[in-house]
Amino acid sequence: MVHWLFATGVLVLGLLMLAEVIVGREVWARRRWRIYLWPGLAFGLGVLMWPVMTFFTNSAIHMVAHGAWAQALMALGGAELGLAKGKLHSRWWRLATPVGIGVSGVAFLVHEQNPWFFARAAFLHHLMGWTLIGASAVALLIILRPRSVVMRTAFACSVIALSVMLFCDRDVAPVFGHLSPVAGPPHR
Amino acid sequence: MDSQVVTPVSVARPRIGMRLRIVSLLAPLTVAAGIGWALVQPYRLTLLHPRGQGFWWLAVEPPLLVCFAGIVFGVFVARPLIADLEGDSGTTE
Repeated sequence: MVHWLFATGVLVLGLLMLAEVIVGREVWARRRWRIYLWPGLAFGLGVLMWPVMTFFTNSAIHMVAHGAWAQALMALGGAELGLAKGKLHSRWWRLATPVGIGVSGVAFLVHEQNPWFFARAAFLHHLMGWTLIGASAVALLIILRPRSVVMRTAFACSVIALSVMLFCDRDVAPVFGHLSPVAGPPHR
Repeated sequence: MDSQVVTPVSVARPRIGMRLRIVSLLAPLTVAAGIGWALVQPYRLTLLHPRGQGFWWLAVEPPLLVCFAGIVFGVFVARPLIADLEGDSGTTE
């Protein structure tokens, strides 16, 4: 259920990024508040990840993974906010986004103990992990080629895809007809 | 024959028009995705069968959340963005 709430936030995040790519940076920045939208939302999602880590995780490895996502989201959101405001000048701060997303992807892959077709949650953890690692590579390419519309569209679409994956998550459910007998009975 | 009513058309206009159309479609498409999901999996809407459901199962309805995201984006982001783009297309005329 918490995954669905975060999926909503990530969906809005993806829509904001996609809209920015479509209209171009110049039009997007015409109203000052707009440039803080997606970094602010990313930072906010990071803050909200802490109560999830505290109240909704049931093992140490899940707690560590959720803590890593909270820190990564806050770091990349904070860095992008600083860059948008003009408080941060070094272009090295732009690395916060690919690094944060890469760390989040690795956290997904490391904390998933089961194989891809164990259950839907396991499949989605692997898929989200690799999607995030791919997205971090795209984010790195955006730093090298900031005007590339293809790269920025790919990045925004990967964020929207991530929200779809989060919406697909269930407690125990089969994936493409596969469900390990040790996963337990399917329930939402 | 000379015409006095013909005005030069800027090359930027079709591009702005295309952007405007795509941005104005983002929110309705998102809401349509949520409605489509609700129609395909009506059992995801616990409001339709509320008996025995806890508070969170009633509060968090995934297809409605998708619609909500689309509406929030449409009202607070897409609308002012469209106004800016329309201003652009107005000035290029």
